Amino acid sequence: MNNSLHLDRESPIHRLSPEVKIVAVLLFTVIVVVTPREEFAAFAGYAVLIAIVAALARVPAGWLLKRATIELPFVLLAVVLPFAGHGERVEWLGMSLSVEGLYGAWNIVAKGTLGVLASLLLAATTTTRDLIIGLDRLRCPDVITQIMTFMVRYLDVLADDARRMRIARLARGYDPRFLWQVKAFAVGIGALFLRSYERGERVYLAMLSRGYAGRMPVTVGAPAPAAEWVLSAALPVASAGIAVTALLA
Amino acid sequence: MLSSYAGAMDTQAMHIANGIVDGPVSAIFLIVAAVGLAFCVWRAKLDLDDRLAPMAGLVAAFIFAVQMLNFQVLPGVSGHLLGGTLAVMLVGPYVGALCVATVLIVQCLLFADGGLTALGLNITNMALIGAAVAYVLVAALLRVLPRNPAGLGATALIASVAGVVLASMGFVVEYALGGTTELSIGAIAATMAGVHTLIGIGEGLIAAVTVVTVARVRPDLVYALRHFRRPVLAKAVIA
Repeated sequence: MNNSLHLDRESPIHRLSPEVKIVAVLLFTVIVVVTPREEFAAFAGYAVLIAIVAALARVPAGWLLKRATIELPFVLLAVVLPFAGHGERVEWLGMSLSVEGLYGAWNIVAKGTLGVLASLLLAATTTTRDLIIGLDRLRCPDVITQIMTFMVRYLDVLADDARRMRIARLARGYDPRFLWQVKAFAVGIGALFLRSYERGERVYLAMLSRGYAGRMPVTVGAPAPAAEWVLSAALPVASAGIAVTALLA
Repeated sequence: MLSSYAGAMDTQAMHIANGIVDGPVSAIFLIVAAVGLAFCVWRAKLDLDDRLAPMAGLVAAFIFAVQMLNFQVLPGVSGHLLGGTLAVMLVGPYVGALCVATVLIVQCLLFADGGLTALGLNITNMALIGAAVAYVLVAALLRVLPRNPAGLGATALIASVAGVVLASMGFVVEYALGGTTELSIGAIAATMAGVHTLIGIGEGLIAAVTVVTVARVRPDLVYALRHFRRPVLAKAVIA
C-alpha cells in the first residue's frame, strides 16, 4: 500500500513480530492515558521512552514530527480550552486563563502526542500485511481481519481507479470548483461503487473456484517466540515503572 | 468531513484522539463497540454468508478510497466523505457498520488517526450510531417518500444529515460522561451540532447523487431498494 506510513528499514524493532508490537503499543498508550495529568515528570519519561524506541527503529525525528501534524485539530481544541474552561482563573500576559482549562489543554496535547507518536512508530516499523497477521494471532475475530485483508489489498486498485476517472474528467475540460463539482464528484463515486462491487463479485467467484470455503488458508510462519514478548515488554514495563514512581514520589 | 490543509499532509485527524475522554468511559465504550460489532457480524453473515469477507472488504476499500478524494469547499478547506449513510444504503446496515468500523481500525493502526484507547468511542459513534440512525431513517423514509429518484435522493440526504449529527452527539454524551476537562456541555453540543450539520449536508448531497446514480444503472445492487421496499412491492404484486 503506497500510502501507508511504513518506513522500510533494517532495525531490531522492524524485525519484531507484529503481535508483540501491537500489544506493547496498546499497553503503553493505556498507561499514558490513565496517568494523572499533574504528573509532569512521568510524561517527560514517556517521551524519553518514545525517543529511545524511535532511535532503535532508526525512524528519523523529522519524519515523526511531520506526520504527527495529523494531530493539529486537537491541538487547536487544546488552545481553546484555557479560554473556555471553568473555575479558578489566572492572569497571564493580560489574558485571563482557566486553570482547569490549562490542565485540560496539557492533558490533551501530552496524551494525544504520545499516543500519535507510539502509533506512528508501530506503523513505521510494521507492514500492513504483518499488522493483519499480528491482529489474527491476537485472536481478533477472523471476519474483521479478512475484511481488512481484502480492503487493504484493493485499496490501491480502487484509489487508482478513482484517480483515473478524475484525470479523465479533467481531460474533458472539467473544472473542479466549489459546489458545482458535487454532481460530477458524486456520479464518479457511483461509478466507483459499481466497479468495486462488480470487482468484488468477480473476486469472490474466482476464490470459490479455487476452493474458498469462508476462511483464508493459513500460510505464514510461526507466532512470536517468548524472547520477543520479553523484549517488547520492556516498553510497557518501563512506562508502568515511570508511572508508579511518579505517583509514589 | 471538513478538514483544513496543514501543508505537510493533506490528511488531518478527524477521529477522537487519546486523552480527550478518560480511561473508564473509553473502556465502557470499547465493550459497547465490541458487542455492537459482534451483532453486526452475526447479521451480516445472514446477508452475505461466505461472500461477506470479499464483498465487505471491497466496500470498505471503496469507503476508504472515497475518503481519500478531497474536494475543495473553500480555499484552504477541503471536505471529504465519511460514507456511513452511503454504505448503509448500498450494502445494508450490518455490512455497512462493519465496513466503517474496519476503516476506523485501519486508520487508527496505520495512519495514527484516532487514538488507540479511543477506538471504542470512535466505532460506537461513527460505525454503530451512524449506521443505526441511517438504517432507521432510510427504512422509514423509503416507505413514505415517493418511489422515484427524487425520493431516493431525499432519503439519502436526510439520513446523512441525521446520521452525522447524531454520531457527533455520541461524542457529546461520551464527553459529558468522561471528558477530561470541565466544559459547558451545552456549548460543546451546539458547536458539534452546528459543524456536523454542515458536514452532513455536504455528505448528504454526495450520498444522494451517488445512490441515485447506482440505482439508475444497477438497482439490484442498492440494498435499500432490495430490502426496505419488499413489503410494499409484495403488496403491489398481490394487489
